Formats: sequence, C-alpha cells, structure tokens
Amino acid sequence: MKKIVFLVLIDIVKNRVVVAYTLILAILSWGVFMLEDSSNKGLLTLLNVVLLVVPLMSLLFSTIYLYNSVEFIELLVSQPVKRKSIWLSLYGGLAISLTGAFLLAVGLPVFLFCEFNAAGILVITGCLITLIFTSIAFLSAISSRDKAKGIGIAIMLWLYFALLFDGLVLFLLFQFGEYPIEKPMVLLSILSPLDLSRILNLLQMDSSALMGYTGAIFKNYFGTAIGMVVAFMVLAAWTIIPLFISLKIFNKKDL
Amino acid sequence: MIALHNISKQFGKLEVLKHIELSFNQGECIAIVGPNGCGKTTMIKSILNMVIPDSGQILFNGIDIRNHYKYRMDIGYMPQIGRYPENMNIGQVIKTIKLLRGSNSKLDDELYIQFGIDQLKSKKMATLSGGTRQKVSAILAFMFNPKVLILDEPTAGLDPLSAELLKEKILKEKNNGKLVLISSHLLAELDDIVSEVVFMEDGNILFHKNTAIIKKETGEQTISKAITRILKKSI
Repeated sequence: MKKIVFLVLIDIVKNRVVVAYTLILAILSWGVFMLEDSSNKGLLTLLNVVLLVVPLMSLLFSTIYLYNSVEFIELLVSQPVKRKSIWLSLYGGLAISLTGAFLLAVGLPVFLFCEFNAAGILVITGCLITLIFTSIAFLSAISSRDKAKGIGIAIMLWLYFALLFDGLVLFLLFQFGEYPIEKPMVLLSILSPLDLSRILNLLQMDSSALMGYTGAIFKNYFGTAIGMVVAFMVLAAWTIIPLFISLKIFNKKDL
Repeated sequence: MIALHNISKQFGKLEVLKHIELSFNQGECIAIVGPNGCGKTTMIKSILNMVIPDSGQILFNGIDIRNHYKYRMDIGYMPQIGRYPENMNIGQVIKTIKLLRGSNSKLDDELYIQFGIDQLKSKKMATLSGGTRQKVSAILAFMFNPKVLILDEPTAGLDPLSAELLKEKILKEKNNGKLVLISSHLLAELDDIVSEVVFMEDGNILFHKNTAIIKKETGEQTISKAITRILKKSI
C-alpha cells in the first residue's frame, strides 16, 4: 500500500497542478494579511476563501484525477494487489498532497499572524474540508463510468454545499422566522460540512457576538467542549462515509 | 490448478456466462475459442477477479479467489487491449510493475530483448502503436516467471515476426510445465502449441477436449479443420 501511495504522490507532484494550487493559496493568504491591518478581519476573509476554494479544488481535482487514473487502476487490478489498497492508496496520495498544500500555503501564515485558537480551528477545519471533499469526489467518480457525468456530479455537489445549502437555510429562516427554529437550525447545520466549519470558525472569533440570538444558541451547542467533539465527529463521519461507500462499490466493480 | 464452478455473469440483461464448469491443470496449454462476444474475455477476467461473477466459485490451487489477492502473484496476464497510464513511458510502466510485484525471483527479460524494447523505453505510452503496446503487455506477462500465463488474443496486432517470437516463447514456457490459457478466434495459428481446446458459444461451453482426441474423432490433420467439422455437424 505504501508503494502505491508513493507512486500516486510522485504522479501528482509531476502533474504540477497541486503545486500551482499551493502557490495561489499562499499568495491569497499572505496577501490578505498584508492588506488587512487587523488580523481578525484577515482571518474572516481567509475563512471565506477556504470555504469556497478548498472544497472546489479538492472535489474537482480528485474527481478528474480518478478518471485519469482508470488505466493505472486497470493495470494494478490484474497484479497481486488488494483492490482495497489500490483505492485507499489513491485516496491517501490525493489527501496527503492536497492537505500538504493547504497546510503549507494557509497554515503557515495563519499561525504567524493570528492568535493560536482561531488559527488552529481554521487550519483543522480546512484540512477536514479537504479530506471530506476528496472523499465525496471518490463517490462521484465511482458513481459513473462517464467522465462528463462524474465531473458534472462533482460540480453540482460543490454548488449545493457551497451556495445552495446556504440559500435553503436562509429561506427556511425567513419562512419560519416566527417559530422557535433555532434548535432545528443546529441540526440542519450537520447536513453541510461547510456550514458546520463556518460556525466552528466564527465562534472562535470576536465577530460571533454579531450573530445575535442564533449565534448564542450555536455557542450553547458548539461552544462547549462536548459540542466541539460532536462537531468534529460529524466532520469525521463526512470524511469516512462517502469514502467507505465508494470503496464498497469499487470492490464489486467490473473492470 | 484453476477450477471454475457454476460461474454466471450478467451485464445488464445480457447473460455473458451461463453456469460455466471448467478446470485446468498444470502443464496444459488450453485454447479458448469461439465467436466474438461469446464470453472468452469475461471468463478470463473473472479468473483474475477483474470481473466479479454474479454466482459461482473460482478456485486457484484449491483456494477461493474472492478476498484473496496473492494468488495473482502466480499469474501473468496479457490483456486483449493493454491500457496503460498515458503519461508514463515504457520504462516507467515496467518499473512500476516490478515495484509492485517486489520481484525476488530472477526476471525473464527474453522477450524484452527479442522485441528490442530497450531502444523504445523512453517513449510515452500515449504515442505507442497498438502492436508496440501489445509487446509491452507480453513482456509484462512473461517477466516474473509466473506459473500460469493468461493470454487474451496474444498475437492480434503483432507483426508476423513478433507473433512468431511470441509463439516460440509460449511453446517454451509450456514445455517448462506452465499452465497456459490462450483465447483466440484465429484457430490456425494455435495448431502447434495447444494441447486442449475449450469451445465457447453464447456464454456456454460447447466442448472441452484434448486436441489429439479431437483430431482422431474427426480424422482431420489440423485443429482448425477439426473444429470446423465438429461445428458443421452440430448445426
């Protein structure tokens, strides 16, 4: 399994797209901190970048990479290698390179410019978002043999998580504003890893005071140690479940 | 050595394999013949666990191949259409497989030398002709001295000289006591190598017989003529 991870990593480095991704993220994060005089504002800007760009890159790059690796997979399947280790090695290679890029480009400046707690949460959720969307990419790539369809599914999923879900939440908020919907809102946030990450990050910043009553409710749930643990467990589940389902499908796939 | 019990496989509504019962032993050279789309490749791929049968059991040396992957160490497989990572060159592909196989035993580079692949080893797979790809597949299949060789249409696309080299190599390995499975629909070229014939049609095994017996029964000199005769009779 180590050998295949190694082969995948070399291939990704040679491909250079992840290197470019690292550079762009680095320029963004250094730029944000150079331009904003308050590090807290910078962090907020960076949070929005992380919540849009990181999932898009993880999802699209991983999906396309998997479709490109069809021949590689086919070559390995006839060799004495477990199917499970082929699939998990591909995941490992992609996850290592993408989280490495994120840590290098965003992690470094964030820890330099911001206070430890807020920086820590941003870096951890950023890494988890990378892992989650790589895992979702594996599910979308295995769900169809048709490349255009698979990549289409990936883009739709990104649109849903990054844009549509927020719209739905806002819609519900306005429609049922008269009712006590704060608690259902907390439950609803579990359905989107990006919203959950945003809440976790905002609670660590001063701006959480601006969120009003709903913010207070969220603070009640996710501000506590148990709430944090639950939130991270939900994020871990978002990583493991799609990957596990895709592995089950891959194990039974005819090549 | 390899035994298939009651193997069935459907692709959608199409039944590709229908309750296949077969067994192959060491030292045999078996030709799997039959018209296009009769299930030859699907059967071969299910032995390699590349296609997963809907029902039935495949035993390799008495061990069920499901959830068992090490048995593929003993198999050299040459696919009908070799598909390789386009951005790798020949040398890298060979290196990759060597790395995965963890080759402790002595490597067999006879075909590598005979085909003159060494001069081409920095060529990208994307730029190779069908025949050269086929040569790379053949080299990889024979390289690790496997006990079983599974060759899917080995000579299709090769020039006559290379095809002859490959045939000689197959014969040599057969004489070394290896089990060789060849799928083909060109009967004529298999004449001097094959010891048994499996004839498939529409996912069924029509017959599985020793070549000497077939020739004797039909009174023909070559396998191709003998099989044509059997087929004519059954129609």
